[in-house]
Amino acid sequence: MIESKTKMVDAPEGVVGEGFFATKLNDVVGLARANSLWPLPFATSCCGIEFMATMASHYDLARFGSERVSFSPRQADMLMVMGTISKKMAPILRQVYEQMAEPRWVIAVGACASSGGIFDTYSVLQGIDKVIPVDVYVPGCPPRPEQIVDGVMKLQELVRTESVRRRSSPEYQELLASYNIK
Amino acid sequence: MALETSVIQEKLTATFGESVFNFTQEKSIFSLEVASDKITAVLLFLKNDETLRFNFLTDLCGIHYPDNDDNHQFTVVYHLHNWIDNVRLKIKTYLPGSNPEIKTVSNIFLCANWMERETFDFYGINFVGHPQLKRILNMDEMISFPMRKEFPMEDGGRTDKDDRFFGRTIDNC
Repeated sequence: MIESKTKMVDAPEGVVGEGFFATKLNDVVGLARANSLWPLPFATSCCGIEFMATMASHYDLARFGSERVSFSPRQADMLMVMGTISKKMAPILRQVYEQMAEPRWVIAVGACASSGGIFDTYSVLQGIDKVIPVDVYVPGCPPRPEQIVDGVMKLQELVRTESVRRRSSPEYQELLASYNIK
Repeated sequence: MALETSVIQEKLTATFGESVFNFTQEKSIFSLEVASDKITAVLLFLKNDETLRFNFLTDLCGIHYPDNDDNHQFTVVYHLHNWIDNVRLKIKTYLPGSNPEIKTVSNIFLCANWMERETFDFYGINFVGHPQLKRILNMDEMISFPMRKEFPMEDGGRTDKDDRFFGRTIDNC
């Protein structure tokens, strides 16, 4: 064996034989999805600055397969909402979410995106989960890049174990319907 | 020669009489009150008079005094600036709470357009004759005027705050 520092993702459980490898489709799709999450940064304030550090060379989110930051919602898998969302901006956030293709995931980064944070006031949306479904919440005001990376890894775990049928399940349809998203 | 505040007062009193009153020097800014129906005439006079020359409207904003009587519930404040002599002037005008409306000055100072929209947005003060009086900062669907004291500052939809931990219940139980 050649000693290598390159870390590879472990293959899913399966049956190995000569010239073939049999495993579940679920695992393969989950593996592929989890390690190529294209983020769509929706950065409005200081959490966005922390995200810039997260994407930069020191913390390097690209190590987790998120090299390509998608600034179009149509090619993005993971919407990262970072910063205070005012009520006036809520419909825009919703529209961005609706433009993303399935499967799509959402991370609420920081206190403001998660719950409104210190801005308990008439003009600020009290958490983005009032308008779109959220998969992972990252606490902090603002969170350190390590916490954002941790949030992404938590989401990877969700994506890896998600059933390929989940997006067409009645539960998921019900969830979207509860947000009035078609 | 610098523009003396006594000159401003004399000129205004000579032209508008009883409609301008309560002249005071507040810190470094000369202040007065104007009857709300005379505001456009006073601003036009201050802008076009050859010695006064208040050519710039620095600010226009609203204030709500909930404890005042009904005729003095709302205030619109105008800050004028004479660039030539570098003199500033503050004008206050009171409006009734039942019908807070005043003539627009956006045709005298174009910059008043957005300032009046902002004042309408937060206080619900109606600027008669404004070309486009609609909300500017808050979302269009909002029905309250959030800077009026009767509206709570905090959002009612907040779910993660337990009042007990913020000292908001009386016996903190």
